[in-house]
Amino acid sequence: MKDYLLNIGRSTTTFFIYIGGLTRLGLETLFWTFAPPIKRNRIFEQAKKIGVDSLPVVSLVGLFIGIILALQTAYLMKKLSSEIYIASIIALSLTRELGPVLTALIVAGRSGAAITAEIGTMTVTEQVDALETLATNPVKYLVVPRFISLIFMLPILTAYANLIGIFGGYLIGVNRLNISSSMYITTTFHTLVNKDIVTGLIKAVFFGVIIALIACYEGLNTKGGAEGVGKSTTKSVVTSFIFIIIADCFFTALFYFFF
Amino acid sequence: MIEIKGISKRFNDYLVLDSLDLKVETGETKVIIGRSGCGKSVLLKHIVGLLQPDSGSVLVDGQDVSKLDDKKMSQFHMKIAMVFQGGALFDSLSVWENVGFVLREYSTLKEKEIRERVKESLSLVNMYNVEDKMPAELSGGMKKRVALARALCIRPQIILYDEPTTGVDPITADAINVLIDDLHDKLKVTSIVVTHDMRSAYKVADKIAMLYQGKIIAQGTPDEIRYTHDSVVRQFITGAAYGPITTPVGI
Ligand SMILES: Nc1ncnc2c1ncn2[C@@H]1O[C@H](COP(=O)(O)OP(=O)(O)O)[C@@H](O)[C@H]1O
Ligand SMILES: [Mg+2]
Repeated sequence: MKDYLLNIGRSTTTFFIYIGGLTRLGLETLFWTFAPPIKRNRIFEQAKKIGVDSLPVVSLVGLFIGIILALQTAYLMKKLSSEIYIASIIALSLTRELGPVLTALIVAGRSGAAITAEIGTMTVTEQVDALETLATNPVKYLVVPRFISLIFMLPILTAYANLIGIFGGYLIGVNRLNISSSMYITTTFHTLVNKDIVTGLIKAVFFGVIIALIACYEGLNTKGGAEGVGKSTTKSVVTSFIFIIIADCFFTALFYFFF
Repeated sequence: MIEIKGISKRFNDYLVLDSLDLKVETGETKVIIGRSGCGKSVLLKHIVGLLQPDSGSVLVDGQDVSKLDDKKMSQFHMKIAMVFQGGALFDSLSVWENVGFVLREYSTLKEKEIRERVKESLSLVNMYNVEDKMPAELSGGMKKRVALARALCIRPQIILYDEPTTGVDPITADAINVLIDDLHDKLKVTSIVVTHDMRSAYKVADKIAMLYQGKIIAQGTPDEIRYTHDSVVRQFITGAAYGPITTPVGI
């Protein structure tokens, strides 16, 4: 019993130390984001790696999620003979929920892991120390470009995933469920209001913050050679997943009760 | 001048530096010898400002390194350079981008001028036509020399070397020793060389200091160290398995 309580105590402390570390890194990142000189090249390079290079997998997942949603809702709506609502349900669930969350999970698994592995390797091979001795702040040089790219690229990728998903639903709706094309499109845009799209994109921005901070934090705090890089990469992805889901729940509740 | 005044550093339960004192005169090459894991790298990182001591202070030309703000620290890093053990070259950048890193980041020089400066630094370490290679394409010894060229590119007054000859073949090791000597003679830099390679120590040192159990236990010219009566130092420089040093470091 005592051991159990001690354990809880220790985990709680670890948790708060972790949050403290993330917050500190977040504040430093904000500070260095606005400190000149701003090197655009490095941001564009990251934006390409994170955004453009994610397009294939985001397209694939978006399309299939749209198709799956269409088939699953069709199953229920057919029973209720209200197939026409399929378009609305797909549009809403994608823009408000699935688009942002799935895109964030993909990017955390793809770019978050890559960021942690790269920065982690730099940490254990003393390249991060070398940066500092070359009069360069590692947060400014390594974290800021990735942070900026993620908070811009995640909403863009999310919007793109939404579109592709809706298109996937459209394919099934029109070709298999005999909803007319114009009807499907009108219903989709009739249902969606700005609020649905905007709240989804706001979530995406915050998911970008989460992925960037956790990935960079884990990278900068990597210890112990190649094995350490593996460990922190795993931890980065798992922790991002958990934080994304918790943040999603929080934002959904917030938007539901207050907007 | 570098003055280290009573610095202590503890990692978890392990006291790595134990109120250590050390003085390095301007223009001098000081070699610090000691076993693996005894805290040589930790000591260098305190001098260059990467680590802060738990107590005590490091003064470089009268400035307390742990009290420098961001701006002062950047200026400080323009006059002191560290050559890391494995080179620590940025592996996403080519050789010339590594060597010219500081110039590319902070100077208004054109790319062509920077490439000239890089060539010059590389020729100081006897490397030619490697500018456009990536670090992954270089051998261990070449990486060390490029890392040295990167340090030289800012024309530092102080250079810290972390085990410059470890992990390279004896001939390359000697070439690196000659290089360290040359730089000392030509550029009048103050150098601290950390090593456990006694050949290298005798060759480059003005003074040798031995780090043992967190303290400097002996200091002197290469000859004084070579003929010392201190049993701990004797055991280390002759590389004997039996003697006063028995416990593995860190246990
Ligand atoms: N950042 C750190 N965190 C915890 N322990 C460290 C850290 N850096 C070094 N140490 C420990 O300090 C001791 C001295 O390390 P180091 O200075 O690298 O030895 P060496 O003399 O071989 O260069 C080692 O036992 C090492 O494990
Ligand atoms: Mg070392």
